[in-house]
Amino acid sequence: MTDTDIGLAGLALSGILVVVAVVLSLIRRLGIARDMVTAAVRALIQLLIVGVALGLVVEDDSPLVWTWVWLVAMVVFASWTVGRRAPEVPQARRLALVSFTAAAAVTLGVLFGLGIFEPSGRAMVPLGGMMVGNAMTGTVVASRRIVAEARERRDLIEARLALGLPASEAFAPHLREALRTALVPQIESTKAVGIVFLPGAMTGLILGGVDPVEAVRIQVAVMYLVLGSVATTTSVMAIGLTRAMFTTDHRLRWVSSAPES
Amino acid sequence: MTGSGFELRGVSVGAPDRRRLDAVNVDIAASGITVLAGPSGAGKSTLLRLLNRLDVPDEGTVRWQGTSLDDVDVLAHRRRVGMVFQQPTAFPGTVADNLRLAAPLTREDDMVALLDAVALGAGFLHRDALELSGGERQRVCLARTLATDPVLVLADEPTASLDPEATAIIEASVLRLAASTGRHRTGWVWVSHDADQTERLADRVITLDRGRITSGGIDD
Repeated sequence: MTDTDIGLAGLALSGILVVVAVVLSLIRRLGIARDMVTAAVRALIQLLIVGVALGLVVEDDSPLVWTWVWLVAMVVFASWTVGRRAPEVPQARRLALVSFTAAAAVTLGVLFGLGIFEPSGRAMVPLGGMMVGNAMTGTVVASRRIVAEARERRDLIEARLALGLPASEAFAPHLREALRTALVPQIESTKAVGIVFLPGAMTGLILGGVDPVEAVRIQVAVMYLVLGSVATTTSVMAIGLTRAMFTTDHRLRWVSSAPES
Repeated sequence: MTGSGFELRGVSVGAPDRRRLDAVNVDIAASGITVLAGPSGAGKSTLLRLLNRLDVPDEGTVRWQGTSLDDVDVLAHRRRVGMVFQQPTAFPGTVADNLRLAAPLTREDDMVALLDAVALGAGFLHRDALELSGGERQRVCLARTLATDPVLVLADEPTASLDPEATAIIEASVLRLAASTGRHRTGWVWVSHDADQTERLADRVITLDRGRITSGGIDD
């Protein structure tokens, strides 16, 4: 066991923190203790399976094709998740798939095409995961906001259309507002990094024994990756959604509201 | 009446068992004031939205000056046939910003003339549009629609949420614009369920009830 390998005993002991959370929720009668236990156990099982599978993909002698299969699977699963989490968004899965593919091409193209990272499974899988995970959250927020703007501001959008403005111009102020809502948290989090919190990748690298300055360099590249991927996915999603919500003769389609949860 | 205004033939909107408009045949002139009258839910607003191409019929055809709206440049059409909505839809910014959105190259003296056409003084030009009263905002919306030099304005109960004083000012402006011989002379299609207002404004009345024309249609 290295000094950062916590071993099975360490893993079991860290479970004390789950017990603390469960006890606190029971004392406060939050009614979420069962959910907490389920989430903790589920995370453990999912990550153990992923860890084993990841071991096969990131081995130095493992063919790169498995890395690509892994990345494609992540993109497809993330697109499916966007569709599930944003049921009121028209063509959500298809548009998310296009958005994630575009973001992967741009961000991974820069990181690996310019030689910032070596194109290996060990680098591509975790970076792809960071890209898709963050982009998925941003995409759900942006697409739901875009659809809500179209529904709630229908009167203003149609007033612009009635003046002879094309759909893209009639919707532009509302699209801007929705994209700002999705991107501002990412920018704020980028600003606060290092002061308010230490990001996960950097923490993991330092715990793994990497020199902190080297860890910072990698972390900064990861943060730029995340910012670039969120900006790319939300922009592509915005273009796709505008086309989906307006007809070619500049009419705003009737968009249904989100189902009651 | 081919060539002068709208012709609707066999126009239906909505599923067959829940028609909002049902086999409507009517001609609507491009000049004077045509009032679409009828109770709430009669289909007046639905009909008006078809004329601005904000909606399309499920059956039938809508023609403007002899050409089906399926075949016109919809953006150009909307500038020739403007629309004012029931609730004032002022945009953020000054009144001048609102007018420039409709016609970006409008000069300041032309903007003052537009405000004058709706009984607002030049002092309103640089005021924040969202801080005006409901009646003033609705008049800004009217002026904004007039900025595109429309032949005809579709007005969807634009005074429904206004007090009698604001309503009287807008009605006077509309009567003046409809009878004008100047640049801002326009025809009007005015939706109302107020019989007194219909009497005050209408050159012609088309009455709807439950999606059907009950008077003023070509089948009468």
